[in-house]
Amino acid sequence: MFTLFKDTLVSQVVTLWKVFAKILVKADTVQYPEEQPYMFPRWRGRIILSRDPDGEERCVACNLCAVACPVDCIALQKTEDEEGRWYPEFFRINFSRCIMCGFCEEACPTNAIQLTPDFEMAEYVRQDMVWEKEDLLISGTGKYHDYSFYNVCGKKIGGKDKGEAQNEAVPVNVRSLLP
Amino acid sequence: MTWEVGSPLSIISILAVVIVVAAMLIWVERRLLSFWQERLGPNRVGYFGLLQVVADMIKIFYKEDWIPPFADKFGFVLAPAIIMMVILLSFAVVPFAPGVGVIDSNIGVLFMLAMASLGAYSVMLGGLSSNNKYALLGALRATAQMVSYEVFMGISLLGVVALSGSFNLREIVLAQQDGWYVIPQFVGFVIFLIAGIAESHRLPFDIPEAEQEICAGYHTEYSGMKFGMFFVGEYLGLVLISSLITVLFFGGWLGPAFLPPIIWFSIKVFCFIGFFILLRAAVPRPRYDQLMSYGWLVLLPISLINLLVTAAIILSMQ
Repeated sequence: MFTLFKDTLVSQVVTLWKVFAKILVKADTVQYPEEQPYMFPRWRGRIILSRDPDGEERCVACNLCAVACPVDCIALQKTEDEEGRWYPEFFRINFSRCIMCGFCEEACPTNAIQLTPDFEMAEYVRQDMVWEKEDLLISGTGKYHDYSFYNVCGKKIGGKDKGEAQNEAVPVNVRSLLP
Repeated sequence: MTWEVGSPLSIISILAVVIVVAAMLIWVERRLLSFWQERLGPNRVGYFGLLQVVADMIKIFYKEDWIPPFADKFGFVLAPAIIMMVILLSFAVVPFAPGVGVIDSNIGVLFMLAMASLGAYSVMLGGLSSNNKYALLGALRATAQMVSYEVFMGISLLGVVALSGSFNLREIVLAQQDGWYVIPQFVGFVIFLIAGIAESHRLPFDIPEAEQEICAGYHTEYSGMKFGMFFVGEYLGLVLISSLITVLFFGGWLGPAFLPPIIWFSIKVFCFIGFFILLRAAVPRPRYDQLMSYGWLVLLPISLINLLVTAAIILSMQ
């Protein structure tokens, strides 16, 4: 009889009291537009194209991001300038397809394509979700400040010959057998 | 224009206040529930979200008022009107303050119980005429629940009636000047409270409309303003039950003289409304057979014993 009393009536009253006491607890709600949440730097949000420390485009139009993209939202076309640098003629991301998986960032050999903490990307017109290269390019270096692809790779471009990159030995002339 | 029972001023202000309060309760409930669940609730429309009800009303007026082709049209349209009507009629006998009230009926308690019983017709008719299995199940449950809980809802009040010697609600209030009836009639109060929750099918006794089991129960097929009437009817029932508990057990408008009587009445009513909302936040819904056996096997005997003991004490005091 006592346990029945304890399990029914007392437990209900205790429940009511505990729930009532919750009125003093601060709400967990974040009042979003006025109160911005802290977004972590590695949050996978809006995609950007960064530049190297010299202000040149980092993207070399290798197409690896487009290959890695599981939803095929990236489209680009390679072209070359007179110095021999590769760069995308156009670079287009359809954000209405993008799932912010970050595979493009992982695939990118030049740290050009990066995901940022920005997530406020809603648009009224669907076509406005398609971003071109001018929209994607930022003026800074993004997350990697010192990296410049052409300074570490062996590719010869104007102003930098073979063997002039960082940690690169001068190429051996294999035609010559002189010791 | 004077404040006296049955004057046009009294009637119109009671009607307006009761309906506005019932509508505002939608916001009050959402706000309170969210505080108890560590949320904020609707706080965007107007100050503290006070105009949320207005926004909801505008939305519900613009909704398509759809009657299913398989429904019985007459009953379908009639049902939501009945519940609004009978609950508003019940307010006629409630004494709000000295001089504020619609009618001083000598059969006030009986009238109120009769109107509460008629409320069952609305739910039953709505469920049956919807011609939908969930609505039918809800209506079946509602009818059984309301019929069985009405039995001891009436019996639990008889103790109060015996103590005050009157069926007139205003005289019951006046008879409580020496002490509220909640003390001598505590068992009656608890039983009336439980029966009142079941009667207005609020949680935890919202088995007729249990969302998780049977969609929305008897108002599954309703939309637009007809649904709004069921919805506001539920809150009207909440206000009615709270007012009746105040009148019958907590001395109605009686209280220390530094506040006017109508304020005392409102404070008491709002305490009970808050308690009903707290019940919704805290207590889980019982199973259907538990509800029935609890009613017939526990509450009915207790209320009968309460009546017998009360009557015996009154007789021995004479």
